[in-house]
Amino acid sequence: ATSKMAGADSDDSLYPIAVLIDELRNEDVQLRLNSIKKLSTIALALGVERTRTELLPFLTDTIYDEDEVLLALAEQLGNFTMLVGGPEYVHCLLPPLESLATVEETVVRDKAVESLRKISHEHSPVDLEVHFEPLVKRLASGDWFTSRTSACGLFSVCYPRVSSTVKAEIRQHFRTLCSDDTPMVRRAAASKLGEFAKVLELEYVKSDIISLFTALASDEQDSVRLLAVEAGVSIATLLPQEDLETLVMPTLRQAAEDKSWRVRYMVADKFSDLQKAVGPEITKNDLVPAFQNLLKDCEAEVRAAAANKVKEFCENLPEDSRETIIMTHILPCVKELVSDTNQHVKSALASVIMGLSTILGKDNTVEHLLPLFLAQLKDECPEVRLNIISNLDCVNEVIGIRQLSQSLLPAIVELAEDAKWRVRLAIIEYMPLLAGQLGVEFFDEKLNSLCMAWLVDHVYAIREAATCNLMKLVEKFGAEWAQNTIVPKVLGMANDPNYLHRMTTLFCINALSEVCGQEITTKHMLPVVFKMSNDQVANVRFNVAKSLQKIGPVLDSNCLQTEVKPVLEKLASDQDMDVKYFAQEAISVLSLA
Amino acid sequence: MSSAATTPPSVDKVDGFSRKSVRKAKQKRSQSSSQFRSQGKPIELTPLPLLKDVSAQEQPELFLKKLQQCCAVFDFMDTLSDLKMKEYKRSTLNELVDYVTVSRGYLTEQAYPEVVKMVSYNIFRTLPPSESNEFDPEEDEPTLEASWPHLQLVYEFFIRFLESQEFQPSIAKKYIDQKFVLQLLELFDSEDPRERDYLKTVLHRIYGKFLGLRAFIRKQINNIFLRFVYETEHFNGVAELLEILGSIINGFALPLKAEHKQFLVKVLIPLHTVRSLSLFHAQLAYCIVQFLEKDPALTEPVIRGLLKFWPKTCSQKEVMFLGELEEILDVIEPTQFVKIQEPLFKQISRCVSSPHFQVAERALYYWNNEYIMSLIEENSNVILPIMFTSLYRISKEHWNPAIVALVYNVLKAFMEMNSTLFDELTSTYKSDRQREKKKEKEREELWKRLEDLELKRSLQSDGIIPT
Repeated sequence: ATSKMAGADSDDSLYPIAVLIDELRNEDVQLRLNSIKKLSTIALALGVERTRTELLPFLTDTIYDEDEVLLALAEQLGNFTMLVGGPEYVHCLLPPLESLATVEETVVRDKAVESLRKISHEHSPVDLEVHFEPLVKRLASGDWFTSRTSACGLFSVCYPRVSSTVKAEIRQHFRTLCSDDTPMVRRAAASKLGEFAKVLELEYVKSDIISLFTALASDEQDSVRLLAVEAGVSIATLLPQEDLETLVMPTLRQAAEDKSWRVRYMVADKFSDLQKAVGPEITKNDLVPAFQNLLKDCEAEVRAAAANKVKEFCENLPEDSRETIIMTHILPCVKELVSDTNQHVKSALASVIMGLSTILGKDNTVEHLLPLFLAQLKDECPEVRLNIISNLDCVNEVIGIRQLSQSLLPAIVELAEDAKWRVRLAIIEYMPLLAGQLGVEFFDEKLNSLCMAWLVDHVYAIREAATCNLMKLVEKFGAEWAQNTIVPKVLGMANDPNYLHRMTTLFCINALSEVCGQEITTKHMLPVVFKMSNDQVANVRFNVAKSLQKIGPVLDSNCLQTEVKPVLEKLASDQDMDVKYFAQEAISVLSLA
Repeated sequence: MSSAATTPPSVDKVDGFSRKSVRKAKQKRSQSSSQFRSQGKPIELTPLPLLKDVSAQEQPELFLKKLQQCCAVFDFMDTLSDLKMKEYKRSTLNELVDYVTVSRGYLTEQAYPEVVKMVSYNIFRTLPPSESNEFDPEEDEPTLEASWPHLQLVYEFFIRFLESQEFQPSIAKKYIDQKFVLQLLELFDSEDPRERDYLKTVLHRIYGKFLGLRAFIRKQINNIFLRFVYETEHFNGVAELLEILGSIINGFALPLKAEHKQFLVKVLIPLHTVRSLSLFHAQLAYCIVQFLEKDPALTEPVIRGLLKFWPKTCSQKEVMFLGELEEILDVIEPTQFVKIQEPLFKQISRCVSSPHFQVAERALYYWNNEYIMSLIEENSNVILPIMFTSLYRISKEHWNPAIVALVYNVLKAFMEMNSTLFDELTSTYKSDRQREKKKEKEREELWKRLEDLELKRSLQSDGIIPT
């Protein structure tokens, strides 16, 4: 095909096209990949007719290539409808995509199926029956499992738009694949069962889908059974309430007690969806005990998945009995999970447990939940502590910051000195909120010293966060407060023997000058900065230059010219090249040259 | 608040300071997967007399009773529960192991279902989740099976049973069926290497004795591998299964069935793509070479397959591929060699110029292999032009002096092989490279022109063609 294309045309504008098609066969994968990615350009240049008659056959013939090239090709073809002449000709794209849907590599196949699904919508109902559906049938009866797995994803897109005879055939093919000999195919079918059920008429959902669901949910391989769980949730949303009990619940109940933890995990993971699908009555009678069992499962994986759903499950309980169910059935399990042996379980619980306070209200929170929060705040695993701290706001809304701080403050203070720096970081990030809600007095009394201590933390990220924290505090409490409480302490660090602490002074000044305003900056901070320009450590000196650049805009022009400029000029002739560099940069940014 | 919420609550990233070694210490614990079955209730077994203490006629009956008792499964995670009964079962199992080894006439027809039942009750279970999310068999300690004191004896017993002279597959096949084999194969995912080792022997014996199950076993192994390659990349027993396959392939009759060839091309070759290749590469390479020794005509598809899946970024894997390729070349027939020499040496030429010296070195070692050297020599007209540019360039540019030295030797060998061609290539080296550069430039221009064209066209047909 290529040589014909190359030779056939004398039109100069088309010459490069022929070469490009040669490029599609270049030895270098990268070059082939580049050309494939430009495929739409090539097609555009060729025009719709030559794209149909020459380019597509060529692509179909040369489908054997690196998976990476095939992936790009599969993706491109999904957007090719206009390039072959619009919906009328879209079926020309089917042959290359059909080949791509049979290759071994999963990502290529999936992409081909995705593109096929996309262009299926551009087929007319007639073309769908004449061209698309036969392709699905061929794939569904392919020799190797790859084509059959691909077929599974295509039934649902053509089913709604074909005649009832063809519909019957499609259902038959799907049925066959659900009992395929290869587990890969059964998995593909199981994963598409829910989607397929959605496009079926209700009578066929009841007659066909339910039996397939039941069969897949009791497959010998747990990898198939667990996929059926998800399908079960979709199916449940389709059926009228009165059919749920007989048609899906027995199977779902069985899944919740499956001998394989993977299946039980899946049930736990899909629990909220399941709950919504089956409605309040079944939830009360069936799901509550099932959920309790999952929370007490013998495998930690399952408990963690269930713990993750505690809040959502409780939220979605029917309002009339919500509190009773939580207090009598769920909370006892939650209490046990707080001291679970597995840290992932505890941490999953910690990430949602605070959400229960909104549902249970103030009194229950204080009486039942606070002790649990406190226990988790003291958990040996940092992730658990972190998850609790990160969600304090929910509780705050319910019981108010006073009560929260009274009960939690000791724990928070303890965490402020936690050995894990990320925990300390999380606490620091809480400070502005706490400060705002507790007020100045309380803050000065209990938390101020913590905030200052973080400035000399041995981890840079903490010192940096502490600096930023100071700025936020000043925004809340005002410049006067800053001048009285924190500025003196910050400036005092300028004489610290440790140069890292001296630099922290500079970083704080950078952060605080703007919120503190011109007066405090000029009167109190600037002299200290100047003094540090004689520091013996070069890093301090070039940070002086950076600081001056940073606080320059806060200062008045007289001060800049008479005081800042000479200092920067001196630094610009420093021995150290970094100091020179930053001094010169400051001079030019502040236009002092 | 918002900044706190954005801190990812993910598992291992929270603590930047935890080291693998620290986590490992925590991890070193064993797991039991039998928990789900035996929750709570204490188990009582009534002690039975020893088999050797009863008369020969009574022994079969007692044997059955003991088998039934051993169906009781204990919770080994609870180290304190049922201590006495655990010890009793252990000694009973020991007795059974000895009994099937030395006794004669014990294997009544009724015993078969009881043996299979006892074995099934003990070994078949859902394997527990791996302790760490990303269990890395090279780095992490495997989680050991807590119930091993019993499990080992059950396996030991089952193997003695299968190997016993009185064992009759024609009776046993009613009980050791497809379902049994399927469950057995799932156990190969066990993290405990001791268990996988026993399973290997068990499966091997079953494959050997039950002709009717052979095709089924091969098909299921196929499925496990395909799932491993294309779906999960996780299965602990790949090396063990490959080891069994190695001997199965060895026994294939000639000519090879289409099924076997398909297995080679569609399953064994794609196994090379898996991230954890190093864990089973030796066994895999052995299987591949077995195939080629059976049927040399398979050489071309195999080598083309390896070239297709050649590692792009992982140098360790590249070294493994080069090793395997050398094993293949060691047994290649000269007629087959000619068929694949071009693509093969294009890849070798790329390996030789790898900046990773271990890759380059491994490829250059081929020139120490006498048989490969003889093949190269016979085909130097084809191979030398392919290799020359890389070799010439490396001899000037490679950072590693050892590689440069090796390349000099290779160049010298080529010079001796075919001095006319060598001189020709040396003299055209510069002009060839210039031509390449020119071609590169032309390509760039081409794309530019094309983009202009596209712009022009889409302007012309504005509104029709979406951009």
